Amino acid sequence: MSDARSEAVGKEPVAVVGIGQTKHVAARRDVSIAGLVREAAQRALLDAELSWSDIDAVVIGKAPDFFEGVMMPELYLADALGAVGKPMLRVHTAGSVGGSTALVAANLVAGRVHGTVLTLAFEKQSESNAMWGLSLPIPFQQPLLAGAGGFFAPHVRAYMRRSGAPDTVGSLVAYKDRRNALKNPWAHLHEHDITLEKVQASPMLWDPIRYSETCPSSDGACAMILTDRAGAARAPRPPAWVHGGAMRSEPTLFAGKDFVSPQAGKDCAADVYRQAGITEPRREIDAVEMYVPFSWYEPMWLENLGFAAEGEGWKLTEAGVTELDGDLPVNMSGGVLSTNPIGASGMIRFAEAALQVRGQAGEHQVEGARKALGHAYGGGAQFFSMWLVGAEPPTT
Amino acid sequence: MRPVRDVAVVAFGQTDHLRSTDELSEVEMLMPVLHEVLAATGLRTSDIGFTCSGSSDYLAGRAFSFTMALDGVGAWPPISESHVEMDGAWALYEAWTKLQTGEADTALVYSYGKSSPGSVRDVLTRQLDPYYVAPLWPDSVALAALQAQALIDAGETDEPALAGVAHRSRADAAANSHAQLSGSVARGEYVVRPLRTGDCPPVGDGAAAVILAAGEHARGLCERPAWIRGIDHRIEAHGIGVRDLTDSPSTRLAAERAGVFERPVDTAELHAPFTSQEVVLRKALDLGDDVTVNPSGGALAANPMMAAGLIRIGEAAARIHRGACDRAVAHATSGPCLQQNLVAVLEGDAR
Repeated sequence: MSDARSEAVGKEPVAVVGIGQTKHVAARRDVSIAGLVREAAQRALLDAELSWSDIDAVVIGKAPDFFEGVMMPELYLADALGAVGKPMLRVHTAGSVGGSTALVAANLVAGRVHGTVLTLAFEKQSESNAMWGLSLPIPFQQPLLAGAGGFFAPHVRAYMRRSGAPDTVGSLVAYKDRRNALKNPWAHLHEHDITLEKVQASPMLWDPIRYSETCPSSDGACAMILTDRAGAARAPRPPAWVHGGAMRSEPTLFAGKDFVSPQAGKDCAADVYRQAGITEPRREIDAVEMYVPFSWYEPMWLENLGFAAEGEGWKLTEAGVTELDGDLPVNMSGGVLSTNPIGASGMIRFAEAALQVRGQAGEHQVEGARKALGHAYGGGAQFFSMWLVGAEPPTT
Repeated sequence: MRPVRDVAVVAFGQTDHLRSTDELSEVEMLMPVLHEVLAATGLRTSDIGFTCSGSSDYLAGRAFSFTMALDGVGAWPPISESHVEMDGAWALYEAWTKLQTGEADTALVYSYGKSSPGSVRDVLTRQLDPYYVAPLWPDSVALAALQAQALIDAGETDEPALAGVAHRSRADAAANSHAQLSGSVARGEYVVRPLRTGDCPPVGDGAAAVILAAGEHARGLCERPAWIRGIDHRIEAHGIGVRDLTDSPSTRLAAERAGVFERPVDTAELHAPFTSQEVVLRKALDLGDDVTVNPSGGALAANPMMAAGLIRIGEAAARIHRGACDRAVAHATSGPCLQQNLVAVLEGDAR
């Protein structure tokens, strides 16, 4: 039937023309959930110089509904996000959700279902207790072990043993990300007196993860306006173009799973690079916003994403390659280690990658960034979503 | 929305819907259905281009409940997969979108819900405005009763007519071996006036799965594919005080966008958990008496939360597959008093 037709037409190029975030903080007691998301959405519209009536559809994501205690919050948020009379879709893929949500929105444009889409992700952790939300046991099923740190610490230890990395690498990442956050006005943690010694002296929470090597709990939202080629031509500021995007999942627990470098992460990155025509990620990608909720995940993901050979990721970190002024800057915004509204954290990675190639990242801009990777993961390191954005439109 | 690429439902499976399934985990409930649609097409999970599911943590009573269900798909090696915290009809919409991009040619869609562990009337209050409405615990039957009373007050229906909807649905369900309630069901006592037990859906557990395929792939997998000629969904304001509960403008708009009104349909599968909601949907979709409505018995015969909408699409498709229907409209709803509605037009090839 129409296979020939669709292949002749091809995918519509997708452009990011508007980005908005809230100032992320521990508790936004001055706004409701609706007020929080509307703030980010309005900033994205302002950036794109569009109004609510220009939006054809809304795609919203967040982490579990138990985090705020609102079941299917898209129903309640329809009015606040100008979605009345429009399609509204709610994505939930665990910690990777912010990235997945952006990809679902991008597919609506790429598949020519809609011309201009608002996508948004949020978490208002102060409304409830995320630790409680993650700790509801069900008989005969494996729970996520009361919080994320306890689940991930053994895998960090496995990485250290496997790679021979010195135990100082984690603190280097935390020190770097917290300094980067000082250049990002939206970041939650602004630790003006941060020193490497302070990170190393902070209490041990889940050995080998120290207090200062963990993410905070934040209230915040992130929004993006995605549009087609015609929409991009009207955009007042340079767009970021989506060159590739993918999601991959694997089971939580099974004997063959490599928790240090999950196959789903490798496959997801490979798919994105294939779509984007990237053959040497280390050379061709200028900046990376990766999901690093515990500092050691930077060297681990450097390997998983193909920026370093197995066991070599920590050497890039130690050599300063991932610093803001390094050869492959990672988490220029301060990353999840400085800002973690859980459901929004993935979308912030995607949005910060887009800011970089638009040249709109302000003080944490990587000079001349042309291609940037946004990365998110979730669950028991089992759900992955990534996109690669560029300053130029995709050629294929 | 009218598709760039032709995509069809090529297989549909559902569980028997039961009041309680204490002995089954969600994965155990889901797996036979997944195997059923895979067997029907001869596909293995490794052949599937994209997988998407719908479910709700609030029914499971724990966060990330869908991660365990994913294990039941046999998700190794890693698969391209996503999840919506919505009815499976919206998971199907996300999968359909993915097929529109050309990045996949086939998709597996599934959804499930177990309402039996809790009180679903109470649970659904948690989806209301958390600051002003949810603290009052207005339950789903009470809200539907407001809608039913508004319809009666507007002269659009009356209690005997609503009883007629229930009677027809449950009589039709006698031919549906998966239905939870069928045959003669008494009007019953008032639950919340004017709704009686007969006007309300059964509370139950169940799962469903669908396989989608694009273009020639569909023809290779199914003798008579159910082509999705159009699919669209729209949401309305949350506050029921600002809505006209006797109408469903979101359904009408979605139907327009999906192309429902361009040619007559012979079948409609409507996700109307309450008899009164069928009245609203018939009007919004402009369905005449010549249209066969809910031949499966609809949500009044089985309403597994999160799957009942996907089942409407599946039931419509299955009728096309077996030649009982040529052009059908399928509808799914979410939220109080039909707040959010999805409409799809399904067609079989001309015979």
